[in-house]
Amino acid sequence: MITELAKPKNNYESAFRALHQADPSAAWIELLRESAMDRFALLGFPTVKEEEWKYTNPAALAKTDFQPAQRDHVSATHNGLQSLALFSYPETAGSHLILINGFLSSELSATTGLTNIVALDLSAAITDTRYAKIVREYLARNAGYVDNGFTALNTAFLKSGVFILIPKNTKLDAPLQITFLSDPQQPNGASFPRALIVSEENSSATVVESYVSTGEERYFTNAVVEIILKEGARLEHYRLQRESNRAFHVATTAADLGPKSSYDATSVNLGGELARHDIEVVMDHEGAECWVDGLYVVGTGQHSDTHSVIDHKQPHCTSHQLYKGILDGTSRAVFNGKVFVRPGAQKTDALQTNKNLLLSNEARVDTKPQLEIFADDVKCAHGAAVGQIDEDELFYLETRGLNPDLARNVLTYGFAEEVIAKIKIDSLRGQLDEAVLGRLNARLDM
Amino acid sequence: MLEIRNLHAGIDGNEILKGINLTIKKGEIHAIMGPNGSGKSTLAKVLAGHPAYEVTAGEVLYEGRNLLDLPPDERAREGVFMAFQYPIEVPGVSNAQFLRLAYNEKQKHLGEEELDPLEFKDLLKERAKIVEMDASFMSRSVNEGFSGGEKKRNEILQMAVLEPKLAILDETDSGLDIDALRIVAGGVNQLQTAENAIIVVTHYQRLLNYIVPDYVHVLTSGRIAREGGKELALELEEKGYDWIKTADNLGTGAQAN
Repeated sequence: MITELAKPKNNYESAFRALHQADPSAAWIELLRESAMDRFALLGFPTVKEEEWKYTNPAALAKTDFQPAQRDHVSATHNGLQSLALFSYPETAGSHLILINGFLSSELSATTGLTNIVALDLSAAITDTRYAKIVREYLARNAGYVDNGFTALNTAFLKSGVFILIPKNTKLDAPLQITFLSDPQQPNGASFPRALIVSEENSSATVVESYVSTGEERYFTNAVVEIILKEGARLEHYRLQRESNRAFHVATTAADLGPKSSYDATSVNLGGELARHDIEVVMDHEGAECWVDGLYVVGTGQHSDTHSVIDHKQPHCTSHQLYKGILDGTSRAVFNGKVFVRPGAQKTDALQTNKNLLLSNEARVDTKPQLEIFADDVKCAHGAAVGQIDEDELFYLETRGLNPDLARNVLTYGFAEEVIAKIKIDSLRGQLDEAVLGRLNARLDM
Repeated sequence: MLEIRNLHAGIDGNEILKGINLTIKKGEIHAIMGPNGSGKSTLAKVLAGHPAYEVTAGEVLYEGRNLLDLPPDERAREGVFMAFQYPIEVPGVSNAQFLRLAYNEKQKHLGEEELDPLEFKDLLKERAKIVEMDASFMSRSVNEGFSGGEKKRNEILQMAVLEPKLAILDETDSGLDIDALRIVAGGVNQLQTAENAIIVVTHYQRLLNYIVPDYVHVLTSGRIAREGGKELALELEEKGYDWIKTADNLGTGAQAN
């Protein structure tokens, strides 16, 4: 094994070796991890010279020698527990998986409401004869690490994480919440959250994927979530990124949609100094439908980047995308949305929209909706808009007695609400409303 | 209540209002009529405080205070209301949320009790009857996806909630079918009291069959060219605005004071 011969070049390499020696997993996982580490050693972190990273510079992240979290960092600190209390909701009181620095904590997790689904530590699922086959079939299949240094690094550190299996014809009544808490117990901590969600035939579920932190430290979250929907499966997926404002957050969501399945994703990005989310939805079976919606709200010192790929490979699939951005101060945001309609993917229906609201003259957004169509019988549209608060709207609200600041906040709230309103968990939605307004230093009694 | 003296105003350097004089007392309904481009909507917008319009001369006293000194939101909290010709859509903010916010801002300003969502719901339910709007409109985003008639009814609902002292209805009849016109006008009539005043800005006499004005002022080219009682509106309906314009051109028409 090459990695054991050379002197470790950085914390990632030494931690990788230590992890292997301390706690080896199934042989195929060790091979996967080895191969991913080799790939990371070769690729490293991307630079702005790469097209996909043109507007997001990960140099500061690459320069910092982050220290990967170990399994003994699984217990939460006092601050960690307080954070968890803040980001728990009555609706998920019995269905809440909690991972500390990427490691599942069975003590903190609540699973009483999860009787009809499988929710396991990924490392346990790998060695569980009931699930080993399905994990092996799907893990690291959709989130490829060959061309992506971040995914390679996450895969190299694949140790814990969650495995969710929603069995055939099962309807999950309460939403399932998965919280990834960054509770750095050393400076410049890194964690590698991982989840594999398999929704079997005609199942239906709501999953909340939440990234939160204990404080305002600098740390690095490198997450990969893979989602498989079998025929007729329905998944509503809320992804909430509320990392520390000094954190680096790089994450990939890869969803593979089966025939007539429905995937409804809503992503809310509020935190991070640099936050990058890649979401890729592959529709390689007829009759699938997806919503890939999101909101990013950033202020001074923050950079948010969303790269999405919606890949129509088969006929009769429908995709909807609405991403909205609110930028204040000197913040930056990037939206890059690709929609591919492959040859033969007739009767594709694809709509993509990106709208940005700039609250300051110093904020800047780079938006690039991209539609590539190789079929001729399709209905596709896309558009992007960047603007400021509309003067006519402002005047209208002022004539109803709202002072200009309040009027601006109401309009900004309304702008965000189009996305937030999709979230059907009341307490969570209320908290997000407050969080959005909090970003604007506004209080609004709505 | 309102005294407009020699008001000159315009937009982008073009003078539109060229010396308007108008006195309105509480309990009165005034109709401002005139052909397209005569300045009626400009007058409404200037009174509401639209930032694009510049007042170049004259003054407007509202309850003895200089109205033009107040920003639009303060005018509103002091009881000036304009129903928009083209009401604005506010996506993501429900009618109920918006109305409560506006109501509470006014209450706060007047030092009166603010209402929580539940208390406000009762008030809103009561006021919605005035314009025959059902509860489904309250949870929908402000004006979003509303038909033309629904938007105008929503304007009058806002008026019903905010109970202005001076309401300016800017072409509230435009785009309304006869049923909606009846509802909107009926709503306004229910809201009219001896303590408030209403300015109805309209191109057509039709609305004035329902909201009967005490005075009619006809604007042409930024000046009041004729004034009279409600019968003036009927005369206009019959003879058209050209009648006044022609009379003006001949120099025989009544001039603004």
